[in-house]
Amino acid sequence: MSKFKKKKGGELPPVNTASLPDIVFMLLFFFMVVTVLRNNELMIKNELPKANEVEKLKKDRSVFIYAGKPSKQYQAKFGTEGKIQIGDKFTDISSLQFALTEAREKLRPELQDRVVVALKVDKETNTGLVTDIKEELRELNMVKIIYIAAPGSELDTK
Amino acid sequence: MARRATPEVNAGSMADIAFLLLIFFLVTTTIEKDKGIARQLPPKQDENIPPPPLKEKNIFIVNVNQNDQLLVEEELMELKDLQDAAIAFLDNGGAPSGSPEYCSYCQGRRDPSSSDNPNKAVISVQNDRLTSYQMYIAVQNELVGAYNFLRNRESRRLFGPDFVYTDVKNAINEGKYQGNVEAAEEKLKQIQELFPLKLSEAEPKKRGE
Repeated sequence: MSKFKKKKGGELPPVNTASLPDIVFMLLFFFMVVTVLRNNELMIKNELPKANEVEKLKKDRSVFIYAGKPSKQYQAKFGTEGKIQIGDKFTDISSLQFALTEAREKLRPELQDRVVVALKVDKETNTGLVTDIKEELRELNMVKIIYIAAPGSELDTK
Repeated sequence: MARRATPEVNAGSMADIAFLLLIFFLVTTTIEKDKGIARQLPPKQDENIPPPPLKEKNIFIVNVNQNDQLLVEEELMELKDLQDAAIAFLDNGGAPSGSPEYCSYCQGRRDPSSSDNPNKAVISVQNDRLTSYQMYIAVQNELVGAYNFLRNRESRRLFGPDFVYTDVKNAINEGKYQGNVEAAEEKLKQIQELFPLKLSEAEPKKRGE
């Protein structure tokens, strides 16, 4: 007559899942914090070229310019020539200055003089388009630019 | 008096809800990792002012045609050889010792027909309007790589093997540099003066000119 009965059988006790919601919540909060909801939908193909001699972009003082061929669903309307996109609409080279000034005014006032223009250009675009953009930037005196690139090296792929 | 116990809320489905949200955020997350080649454009210039005279031997001409082929100093070249060629040109130090332009830290061939001094050496890139952007960035990357190689070499020589120009610069940009940031920036400036980035970009030629 032992007071301590041996547990019957060698069955494994069920795993305690009480802390599972906690773990999941922790992950959830992590992803909620790091998520940046895309506020401008890309209407162009945007496959960046590769480079390895890169510097980090300071997000708070940058204006983005996208360029490349319109993506499939817009090709019927806009053709297949390289296009410039700022914010969520296509911009013509002649109205680029206006669009850029507008984009710059959205930045914090103390950073507006130190604006960096980030160029996200598809790798199949012609350099001529980029030259036109740079020419407009010089007119506006926004001379700090950064060519956004994907990590890697073009030498590896060839 | 029997106190009625408040029924406990069933929290069993909490995990499900949390999972659902988790999966939503997992899918929508794009961890931004924007990095790129920084560049300062030259300011708008008066067309009437002639450009300062440069000696032919101090210019390193890189030409890219519409088929993405490289012509470096009038010779066809592969992209992989561009960086070494640029390093050889910048580091040449062709001015004879004793002259005011003599480069005391250069380790190149000291060929009098190539660049006199890194301060004088200019790399000029000329693109066709139809050159692909991929090639354009690849060329820029190789040339910046050449400058970084030389700057890293000088920073190691002057400030010890742990002071690598590009590493220190990135660390300062990310706010992770341990030690005196101002002193380090001063050192970086000193190295930039040894090998100033002189990359010029010619206006692309229009077709038929």
